[in-house]
Parts: sequence; C-alpha cells; structure tokens
Amino acid sequence: MTIKIYLMVMVTLTAMSCKDTNQEKDASEPMSGEMYQEDSGKMMAENAGNNATNAIIDNYLQIKNALVADDQEAAAQAGGKLVGEFEDFDQSNYSSEEQQELTDIIEDAKEHAEHIAESAIDHQREHFDILSKDVIDMIAITGTDKKLYQDFCPMYNDNKGAQWLSATKEIKNPYFGSKMMDCGKIQKEIN
Amino acid sequence: MKVIKFIGWFFLVSLVVIQFFPIERNQSEEVSRADFMLVNTVPEKIQNKIQVSCYDCHSNNTEYPWYNKIQPVAWFLEDHIREGKAELNFNEWGDYSDRRKNSKLRSIISQIEDGEMPLDSYTLMHGDAKLSSQDKLEIINYITGLKSEL
Repeated sequence: MTIKIYLMVMVTLTAMSCKDTNQEKDASEPMSGEMYQEDSGKMMAENAGNNATNAIIDNYLQIKNALVADDQEAAAQAGGKLVGEFEDFDQSNYSSEEQQELTDIIEDAKEHAEHIAESAIDHQREHFDILSKDVIDMIAITGTDKKLYQDFCPMYNDNKGAQWLSATKEIKNPYFGSKMMDCGKIQKEIN
Repeated sequence: MKVIKFIGWFFLVSLVVIQFFPIERNQSEEVSRADFMLVNTVPEKIQNKIQVSCYDCHSNNTEYPWYNKIQPVAWFLEDHIREGKAELNFNEWGDYSDRRKNSKLRSIISQIEDGEMPLDSYTLMHGDAKLSSQDKLEIINYITGLKSEL
C-alpha cells in the first residue's frame, strides 16, 4: 500500500514537474510525514553531525542559488566558504565504514568547492554537477532534518543529465540558469 | 644615461645572483606502483601521448630542457608543476578513491575537449606535447571507457 502511494506520488510529480507545482502539495504530504517519522530516531542521535551537515547544505544551496541567477561571483564566494565547512566536518560519530565513505566524499567534494571558488561559470557548473552527487551521497549517510528536493535535469552534460538539491519545490535550473530556468523534474523528496 | 646604465647592470647582476638560488626539482627515480599506466591497461600510443603531453606537470618526474634550469623560468615552472601535481598526479592514480578517479577522468575529458590542457604556454615550447584533434579523440575515447568501467 505504501509503495503504491509512493509510486503514485512519484508519477504525479514527474508528470507535473515542469509546470506550476502548487496543487501537488497535498499529494506529497503523507509521504514526507512518513519518512520523517522513520528517520527521526536516528536524527536525534546524530544531532551534532546534523548541524555540521546543515552548514554544508546551506552553503551548497547558496552556490545553487547563485548558479540559478548566473552569478559567478556569488557562487565563487559560497564555494570558498564550503571548502571550510567540509574541512570542519566532524566524522567521529560515524562507524568506521561510514567514516571511510565520508572521507572519500569530502576529499572529492572539497576539491570541487575549491574549483567553484576560482573558476568561470561554465566550469563552476561542471564542478557543481559532481559536487551535487557528493552532497547527495553524504546526506544518505548523515541524514538531515531539512526538507529537500532532489531534482534532475536530463539535458546537462551532453544529455547525460545532472542532479541537484533544492529547498524549494519549484524547478529553478542551476545548470542552465536563465537560458533554461524550468528544465528539470523532481526525482525524490528528502524528508 | 647614467641611470639607464645602472639599471642595466642591476638587472644583469640580479640575473646572475638568482641563478644560485636553489630550486626543488621534480624528479624521482622511483617507479610508482600506483601509476596510471601500471594500474590500467593503456594502449601504447595513448600511453605515449599522455606521458609526453601531461606527465611533465602531472607526475613526480619532469623532463627539464636546459632553459628550464635557468632562473627565473625555473621558478615559474616550479609553481606550475606544484599546482599541476596537486590537481592530478598520474603517479598516484591507484591511490585515488573511485569517487575521485571518476571526478578526475571527467575533468581530464573536459579539459582536453575545451583545449585548456595541455596549457598553451607549455605547448609553445614543447611542440611535441600539442594534441592533434585525432589525438584528442583517441584519448577522450579511452578515458571515457575507463570512466564507464568504474
């Protein structure tokens, strides 16, 4: 039954994601409530880790917003800050297996943030693509109490497609910016 | 006139003096077990191209032509090599995580595609490091294959 509801929601979201998405709110609420309950126990235990993750997500979203606005400078600034956030991330609350994975993710993500801090906007977007993958994988381990939308643009990178995270339901494409603002669809809702 | 003469001498003397400043040469006898060419099965032609065009700045071994041993060219070069190795070191390939390999391969493809690497300032002096469009195609195809195997 749950799976059925989930599928129905996904289909609705996919079908409607390129249009105005206001009406869907009701449809998606049961799912997000459910997922939140499932994860909330784990969340509390990892509260400290969560704050660090939140700082990373906030900074990541700043880069995303800057790229949506075609603002190279703001993206570079947020990229520089994100490097520091990754460096400060405390992994001690995680299992050794998770730590290994987190180390790999952070090492990679930090480099992409560094590049975003000093590149032209085309390159910023390339690095943002891989950074997004890193942050998504990181959240899969750390969890977050934030409501996030995992979006997908099928056209970026020679039609290989690219993901990104957003805090708002409305599609605003960071890979094309003003050229193709509403290209993309919601892939998944986090919380 | 006197001033010009003084400045001329000053530069000449400085040029001689800076030749005695030691620099760290990027040279290593050791063959790294993690080297890109040992970890992967690279066709000889591509191996050759990558070594000639990339390894001077992206490995622990630089082949220095004579003019690169002269200051201040050597300083300029030292900086480039340090930066290049931090970005990507083919000698350490096997030690990179799969995630990082994937990132590096993607960057290699995009840098070669866009003609940003090898640097113009490098190919200006190293004609043999220049990549023809055929070379580019072959390298990109090979790297894309590696990436999909990850």
